[in-house]
Amino acid sequence: MAFLAINNVKISGMAACVPSTNDSISEVYKWNGADNFLSTTGIKARRRSKPDQTTSDLCYAAAERLINDLGWEKAEIDALVFVTQTPDYISPATSPILQQRLGLPSTCYTLDISLGCSGWVYAMSVISSLMQNGTIRKGLLLAGDTIVKVCSPEDKSTFPLFGDAGTATALEYNENVSPINYVFNTDGEGYDAIIIPDGGYRNPITENSLKYIEEGDGIRRTPVHVILDGMSVFSFGITKAPKSVKQLAEHFDIDLDSVDLFTFHQANMMMNEKIRKKLKLPEEKVPYSMDEFANTSCASIPLTLVTREACKLRNGKLRHVACGFGVGLSWGSAYFETNRICVPDLIEI
Amino acid sequence: MEINEFVANFANQFEDTDASEITAATEFKTLDEWSSLLALAVIAMADEEYEVTLKGDDIRNATTVEDIFNVVKSRKQ
Repeated sequence: MAFLAINNVKISGMAACVPSTNDSISEVYKWNGADNFLSTTGIKARRRSKPDQTTSDLCYAAAERLINDLGWEKAEIDALVFVTQTPDYISPATSPILQQRLGLPSTCYTLDISLGCSGWVYAMSVISSLMQNGTIRKGLLLAGDTIVKVCSPEDKSTFPLFGDAGTATALEYNENVSPINYVFNTDGEGYDAIIIPDGGYRNPITENSLKYIEEGDGIRRTPVHVILDGMSVFSFGITKAPKSVKQLAEHFDIDLDSVDLFTFHQANMMMNEKIRKKLKLPEEKVPYSMDEFANTSCASIPLTLVTREACKLRNGKLRHVACGFGVGLSWGSAYFETNRICVPDLIEI
Repeated sequence: MEINEFVANFANQFEDTDASEITAATEFKTLDEWSSLLALAVIAMADEEYEVTLKGDDIRNATTVEDIFNVVKSRKQ
């Protein structure tokens, strides 16, 4: 089983950046049943990146502010991990571009990870594992996506569900902190539950990749747009996420009553509430940001913490459980603690 | 697992459709109120009441309430 306990690494800060363009979902949702959509998904608004704005732009802004507010010397940052489904280019990876743009030293380890909604938890395990023996003392995890760019505006099953955001999480080597505990799972049988079929090397781009196909029921899209099997993803989320949190608690003997915040990937209100109720978690311990920012893929966990729990994060010692689940299919949970960390106000660009 | 109980649970997911309109033979996708969001409610009901995971194809391939009942029943055993 993919259980991990990583010692000697602490989270020092968290920042998030969203595009300034705000969409009201009641205006975006041009199909029948808008009220029903709003009340079921709980999604009222989202941010949409400008045509020339990429995920790395959003993560760059979040990272610059966080480094500045932490008072870090850039020369001390030895690792940068970037997790996204929407990189700048197919090649090269985006993390070297961010290393250069942020002015990090050439001694820096950089890595791109291609994951969506489980991405922040997975990438946390990668960067904390890299840092646990102390040779890398400061590291940055940048997580974000501009999924709205890959949604067909004529697909009611995707276009109103997603928002764009970028985040930065700062980590430091520290021997006096509790371990970060993780559990991970994968089910590649569901690889096509969330998929962009064309544009990779299995289905290279052809003229047909850009032609719209009428799928019926308010869905019209091209093969370079994302396809979401909402029903399969819903049943996946409501079964796997609670199980994952229970596995984590059982394996590492975590008393869930002692946890202050449970931050889940922000899929939609109906799914997230089912997960919360299955785990019998009190509402006040389970923050939501999908009402304002929709489903922001791998940015959703840090974005929710930054926008909903900044005061608690800045001023107190907290025990956290975070759980991400989605495209892959891939899911994972983490237990970690924070103690008065640096949380800049939400950045808009 | 009783079909009558399943039909009642299925009908419970609807707000505007009278429960008496829904039987085992009902072709549920023809009901005015049926929607992709209602499908999610049915999936949640199967999970809560029967601990059975329904996938998108299970709903897409079904025509009547009984079709869904048969899928749930086969996975429950």
